Amino acid sequence: MSAFTLSRRSLLKSAAIGALGATSGISLIRPARAESLTIGIVYVGPRDDFGWNQAHAVAAAALKQVPDVTVVEEENVPETAACAQSMESMISLDGAKLIFATSFGYYSPFVVDLAKKYPEVQFRHAAPLWKEGDPVNAGSYFGQLDQAHYIDGIAAGLSTKSNKIGFVAAKPIGTVLLNINSFTLGVKKVNPAATVQVIFTGEWSMPVREAEAANALVDAGCDVLTCHVDGPKVVIETAEGRGVKSCGHNASQAPLAPKGFITGAEYKWETIYKDYAAKLAKGEALPNFIGGGFDKDFVQNTPYGAGATPEAIAAADAARAEVKAGKPIFVGPIKKQDGSVLLGEGQSFVNSSAELNATDYLIEGVIGSIT
Amino acid sequence: MTDIVQQDVAPALPSVFADTATRIRRGAEYLLIPLIALVGAAVLFSLFLLALGKSPVTFYALLWQGGFGTSFSWTNTLVRAAPLIFTALCVAIPARLGLVIIGGEGALVLSGFCAAAIAIPFVTAAAPPFLVLGAMLVVAVAVGALWIGFVGALRHYRGINETIASLLLSYIAIAIMNFFVEGALRDISNPNKPSTMPIGEANMIGDIPGLGVHWGFAVGIVVAIVLWVLMNRTTFGFAARVTGGNVRAARAQGLAVGKLMVISCAIAGACAGLAGFFEVAAIQGRANASLAAGYGFTGILVAFLARHNPIVIVPVAIFLGGIAAAGGLIQRRMGLPDATVQVLMGLIFVVLLVSETLYGRLPFLSSKGASR
Repeated sequence: MSAFTLSRRSLLKSAAIGALGATSGISLIRPARAESLTIGIVYVGPRDDFGWNQAHAVAAAALKQVPDVTVVEEENVPETAACAQSMESMISLDGAKLIFATSFGYYSPFVVDLAKKYPEVQFRHAAPLWKEGDPVNAGSYFGQLDQAHYIDGIAAGLSTKSNKIGFVAAKPIGTVLLNINSFTLGVKKVNPAATVQVIFTGEWSMPVREAEAANALVDAGCDVLTCHVDGPKVVIETAEGRGVKSCGHNASQAPLAPKGFITGAEYKWETIYKDYAAKLAKGEALPNFIGGGFDKDFVQNTPYGAGATPEAIAAADAARAEVKAGKPIFVGPIKKQDGSVLLGEGQSFVNSSAELNATDYLIEGVIGSIT
Repeated sequence: MTDIVQQDVAPALPSVFADTATRIRRGAEYLLIPLIALVGAAVLFSLFLLALGKSPVTFYALLWQGGFGTSFSWTNTLVRAAPLIFTALCVAIPARLGLVIIGGEGALVLSGFCAAAIAIPFVTAAAPPFLVLGAMLVVAVAVGALWIGFVGALRHYRGINETIASLLLSYIAIAIMNFFVEGALRDISNPNKPSTMPIGEANMIGDIPGLGVHWGFAVGIVVAIVLWVLMNRTTFGFAARVTGGNVRAARAQGLAVGKLMVISCAIAGACAGLAGFFEVAAIQGRANASLAAGYGFTGILVAFLARHNPIVIVPVAIFLGGIAAAGGLIQRRMGLPDATVQVLMGLIFVVLLVSETLYGRLPFLSSKGASR
């Protein structure tokens, strides 16, 4: 019986702490307007996570400035029946005509089922999952963030003194591996002696392990850190706290590292969102599948921070102009980590190509293992 | 000896030992005190809203509209309530024995994963849906029962705190799922979200006609009623409640306390297993990290609100499902962050725990002999 009381008290305590902690981040009221296009956006985490969700929320804020567009948002919506209910609620209670489902796990079965149920509503999902045969009022949009990571790599390669750069990565899946490889190609282009050391945390969001990984990389001699996790806040703050430089990911983390921030790889969803809104306003059909990088203005680099040297800025700007014009990033000779040839002399992958998006390897110059 | 035991046990067993007047009084208490707590929490939360410069009237109007105001809102509410009934039962049954199990999340995830895993050979062999679902159901219930039953065994045989053990085992359960989902059982056709192979549209459990809610909701109500009968109308339930009232007295009476604990925990785990089964078979169609959606933790709140009464869990789950359903509308219309609704739930929880001290102390409900 005493154990029961004790646990009840500790439960009470944690509930109270939870209640206290949850009172931050208030945004303004935005009343719904009649006769305008209502767009619903669903986020899997908080809108101010300095990462994936914030990148979308920033674009949503830009979308709100478009005349006759009303944006309704819901954050912290888990990838289960709740997300279908949230989207359906936006449709039936708010009159949303376009839904942006911004988390990977929303698509199947939830977006697919809803698209069948509401054929007059457009659904767009932020990952390349739509395929022929899926509902025509559904679709995918995504940005090639690897191109922005390549530019990060160039700036990072010119910023390291120890020639050791650390990369905290979430899961060893295609997009993450491609970002690591592209970043490494940028580093090697300007600093062939440098290496990129990777630690996988195994989770999209695991702040404790991200901090441990960041500290371990600094302990191992890395003097520039970057990452691919959902919310890079912990990695960037740890880097700043340890006095090393950092490159961001997903959204702008510049305010978190006033001394050491170099630049970051950011999505620019605003381009896509505004384009969709304009097309709907004109009564045009929305594309089912779009993707691209600098060429389509779908990705960008965070404005340079105090950690960026003039030399790094010049090299990064030049490289970005080249990529924007279509110059390939993956140009042979490139070897995989195991020494086998990925691209021979004179061979290259076209930017944003299907081969790149099916990456299941790390290239030479990356220290760290997928398994 | 017997006299002493009865004195110890009597307050926990009013329906057996007390007269009709006391029963009515107790019944009124069980209804009135949670209501007072809810109103108290609502008042406190209104102050919180006013401090933010938001209108409590708008908030509660939206809460009603989003949770219960339209037929769509009701569907939304019931869909969210369905898994909460099971995860709350996972907390409530052991609680009758004085055990605080907060690891329903892990049992849900592991059961859901094992159900999806056992489905793979059946789906590959194109077995009929009843076989696929039957195998999934058996495995999910068994895995959940073993998982939480193990917690009960640890408590009884090794003296390990069941609250901590069940919570920590939750993390292990999620890690086990991730290990397999990202490794041996990964569906390679789904490269960017590690998942098991889908069980296929034909094998999915559909909705209750006209409600838009899957059958798990109906099963949840049935299970809640069955468990209420078990805990209140059988010798097993009687023994369990005696154990919860006073373990030493129960032992002195010769009750098999250890067996009771393990079986109750196993029943609890089976309930969480059902939640996992329906999450896979009716919602997700596969197992992946999305299974850990927090139902196990909200279930704790539901069980405490329902005072661990299996039948009361059903309306409480619907009530909290409604709050969650309205949470989205409140975010959208009032521009409040998602955490607002969590603040409300936290306040309800805290005020409710505080209100427990009121039992037997309300002046207008007390009489000589009944107040303690």
